[in-house]
Amino acid sequence: MHTVTRPIIVFLCLGLLLLLLFPVVGSSFYTGLVTKIMILSIFTISLDLLIGFTGLVSFGHAAFFGIGAYLLAILFGDLEQINYWWSLTLTLSLTGLAALLVGWLCIRTSGIYFIMLTLAFAQMFFYFFFESPHFGGDDGIFMMNKPQINLATRQLVDLDNEHHFYYFVLAWLVGVYLFLSMILRAPFGHVLIAIKANEQRVRALGYSTPHYKLVSFVIAGTIAGLAGFLEAAHTSFITPAYLGWHESGMAIMMVILGGMGTLFGPVIGTFIVVLLQDFLPEFTEHWKLIMGAIIIFVVLFLPNGIAGLIYSISNRFSSREPGGREG
Amino acid sequence: MPEIILRTEHLCKNFGGLKATDDVSLEFERGKVHAILGPNGAGKTTLINLLSGELQPSSGRISFKGYDITDARPEKISRIGIGRSFQKTNILTGFTCFQNCWIGAQSCLITSMRFFRPARHLRRVHRRADHALQLCGLAAKRNQIAGTMSYGEQRQLEIAMMLATEPELLLLDEPLAGMGAEESQQVTALLRELAREQTLILIEHDMDAVFSLADRITVMVDGAELETGSVEQIRNSQAVQDAYLGHDDEEDAA
Repeated sequence: MHTVTRPIIVFLCLGLLLLLLFPVVGSSFYTGLVTKIMILSIFTISLDLLIGFTGLVSFGHAAFFGIGAYLLAILFGDLEQINYWWSLTLTLSLTGLAALLVGWLCIRTSGIYFIMLTLAFAQMFFYFFFESPHFGGDDGIFMMNKPQINLATRQLVDLDNEHHFYYFVLAWLVGVYLFLSMILRAPFGHVLIAIKANEQRVRALGYSTPHYKLVSFVIAGTIAGLAGFLEAAHTSFITPAYLGWHESGMAIMMVILGGMGTLFGPVIGTFIVVLLQDFLPEFTEHWKLIMGAIIIFVVLFLPNGIAGLIYSISNRFSSREPGGREG
Repeated sequence: MPEIILRTEHLCKNFGGLKATDDVSLEFERGKVHAILGPNGAGKTTLINLLSGELQPSSGRISFKGYDITDARPEKISRIGIGRSFQKTNILTGFTCFQNCWIGAQSCLITSMRFFRPARHLRRVHRRADHALQLCGLAAKRNQIAGTMSYGEQRQLEIAMMLATEPELLLLDEPLAGMGAEESQQVTALLRELAREQTLILIEHDMDAVFSLADRITVMVDGAELETGSVEQIRNSQAVQDAYLGHDDEEDAA
């Protein structure tokens, strides 16, 4: 169990400060890129709840990202004016419902069977969108307008303004991080973390573990849907590829690279992977080889990911402080 | 008339053609230590797994305080007041002793589906977890990572986790398995302490421990009950001598 120590809080605040200041210096292109990375980070954080805290390795998590994106585009894409509150509420509840159905069937299995089942479900959703002409088929689907965030008649945030959009996504990222930190500190989170360590034992201590796993699955799926919603609003263009197993695999890689079971690790992992994907091709056409080598290096030498490295550095700072691991 | 806290009636469990539990009808009295003896493969652990809900019986009935719990799942069994410890140490090795007991203690909440307030504010859970550690003599090891403790201490923690759920009836699956003499004495003392207030059902290979702790003993052979009686009765029983004490003793002593 990782505790957020004082040096980690300082580190996270510095990271937040960098993100807050970035649009001031960054070009339009990079502001857009970092917005995209932050949206993906919301997605990978939600996957960390499953992989890093519940012990459920979902290989189909992108399905909920894609469902969230498609729902916004399908239900609201043609409208002149999209009400942000309504569209968000409807998108998230329907994505949560999808996660409930998929999770209800999947959590009966564990290990490799859980991985295969989540993958199978994600592929079903993928082909559903891929082959349905109503929803754009393999070409994908466009959105005409972005949701409008109004309170009464006043516009709160203008999503057509890229800076507004950037800070809007950043606020969601921080909100999701704080929300997940909260539930993990609460009794619910303690049970989840124990289930990951030893499910049979937790059951024998009086917890209906399938229920806890299912709730975790639904929360993670709904947050993935939120990321999909933001992505659809950001790019106004959704293709079936969003739901593909490639996306799910990349997300798992980002979580592991960044450090699972830490919440902030996946954010770092997402930044590293996307930025490498962006910069490496400029230097060599064999960039995928280099990418692979980096991943092998991290898995071999940093078994707890980048976050693990940050923890071991921060422990040197905080070793004089009393206490330490308590939960 | 002593109160029967747990009762099995014609309990059977088949694994394919193997009768792991064969028509077992037993009564366990409240406040007593009831030991179950038997050679390896006699079906003792299967019986505990049936009682704790890890396994579902093929036929027969189990009742706890008059309620039918035959088909109840492990979490239900734990919630109604039956705790169990495992033969193979089954703790959360990456957690501290306190965190291990916390999970047991937190089951006193009606539900742990609570998402908002930090768990550490729950004073009652705190007290229960610390109390369980204290009972098992692990208070000094409170913040030690469970996986780094000695084998004997891990066995004690195994019992502490169960105690943290504050059970009425304790199912102990070979609590002394694999312990050295000194550790074994410590845990025996702990069990004796627990026996003063609680009902224990104990599976154990260690004859000395069983004879010194138990009020009643059931001897099982090939999944079936061979004989049930007081320590004296079992010690002097010819059938038990033949089936168990006689020829299997040396193997099982290991």
